[in-house]
Amino acid sequence: MNRYAYFPGCSLKENSKHYEESILPVFKAIGFPLEELDDWNCCGATAYFSVDGDMATAVCGRNLSLAERMGRDILAPCAGCYLTLKKSNNFLRSGRPEARKLLEKLKGAGCAYEGRVEVKHPLEVLVRDIGLDTVRKKVVRRLSGLKVACYYGCQLVRPFTDFDDPDHPTTLDSLMEALGAEAVPYSAKTRCCGGLLTGTIENVGLRLNHLLLREAKRRGADAIVTLCPLCLFNLELLQDKIVKTYKEEVKIPVFFFSQLMGLALGLSRDDLGFSRSVIPLGGFWSKIRNGGQHV
Amino acid sequence: MDIQRKVKYENELDTGFLQRVKQQSHCDEIERCIQCGTCSSSCPMSVYMDHPPRQIIGFIKNGFRDEALKSFTVWLCSSCYTCQVRCPSMIKITDVMYAVRREAIENKAYPRRFSIPVLDKEMTRLIARDGRNSEMRLILRLYLKSFKPLSLLKMTPLGWKLLKTGRMGLKRNRIKDRKQLRALVKAIKENGK
Repeated sequence: MNRYAYFPGCSLKENSKHYEESILPVFKAIGFPLEELDDWNCCGATAYFSVDGDMATAVCGRNLSLAERMGRDILAPCAGCYLTLKKSNNFLRSGRPEARKLLEKLKGAGCAYEGRVEVKHPLEVLVRDIGLDTVRKKVVRRLSGLKVACYYGCQLVRPFTDFDDPDHPTTLDSLMEALGAEAVPYSAKTRCCGGLLTGTIENVGLRLNHLLLREAKRRGADAIVTLCPLCLFNLELLQDKIVKTYKEEVKIPVFFFSQLMGLALGLSRDDLGFSRSVIPLGGFWSKIRNGGQHV
Repeated sequence: MDIQRKVKYENELDTGFLQRVKQQSHCDEIERCIQCGTCSSSCPMSVYMDHPPRQIIGFIKNGFRDEALKSFTVWLCSSCYTCQVRCPSMIKITDVMYAVRREAIENKAYPRRFSIPVLDKEMTRLIARDGRNSEMRLILRLYLKSFKPLSLLKMTPLGWKLLKTGRMGLKRNRIKDRKQLRALVKAIKENGK
């Protein structure tokens, strides 16, 4: 299967609309138009696994079953959805007795699944399947002069990922360099942002995100680039509070990688969701104007 | 001064705890823990924990159920999997933490109105019923059932930013085939686990 069923998840329809608004046109421009998985349900994220393991796997099983019927692999841009679906897929395909029992129950509820679907992340498809050479050929405006800190977070690279290293991943860095940007060394690239803890125990979340922002600033980055809606939410929307709490200027724009990729592919900036940033982008645009080169 | 016995006798331990956690986490390797502490030193949350992950694994291995359930550690776990990929004994530590959380939620062994299990439960409820999460509903339920509802006012600046940029999810999201979802929930719930 090399056509994909796009799995948006809850974030890409609500707080991270700009991820969807940029990933769809980018994949279209590169020659792989995406079709949304019809009637998908939420992946359950970390919450469902905390309450009921069987149900958590079963709700993901329903999505896998829908994709199998479409004859497509799943493409999940949200790192949380990616991990949860992949985790459930691995388990359902494991052949363990508990897994076989779950598959029976899925079948009984009209969600038969035979284990033929792969769960992929857009970054994996771009770097490993489509290839950076193809991406480079499509670049019409190199992002030269732009320094980015590539932040992978945790859920994409751990623990099931087979396309990158869990501690020192490089795929996003190499994609950004293929677009002409400079990926600064960023030692916090897989350090946790706290995920949902920023909403439940705020002081813990503030400290973790302060470390991430400060490190990006120290490395001289103009922006942080990420691939997880929850990471972007935490890094972007907590900035005011972090500045107030730690009395340190750590303001920096945070983007989804697909937004910068869209710019490099020559798509209009108005169609890539940049207006949804809560951080003023004046400095960023002047950097792009001065540095960006037409190829 | 309140002086209490600090040592547990063997007959006070929960001998079934290890087995339950193993079964719930699908992790058969817990007993292979060599107490090296790689998990604790990798954990970004351990600076906030009363018992770092290494101790929790020790509790589980040896039947100290109440100590494991009373500790804040399992709630602070953000599921970043750093410990899990580094564990030399291949213990699925994150899944072990989930298993203890489940036992704590089932037995209501957490402080009343504690935000983390409340959020987990409310999100699960939304998904089991509607098939999808609705951000605004989730936040409102969290504030009603955990924090003081009036403290929601402190969130106004954040809410305004989201509203201004069109990123606030106000509507109720639902899947079309909720009948199928109900059948699935029923099938999993019945004839035990």
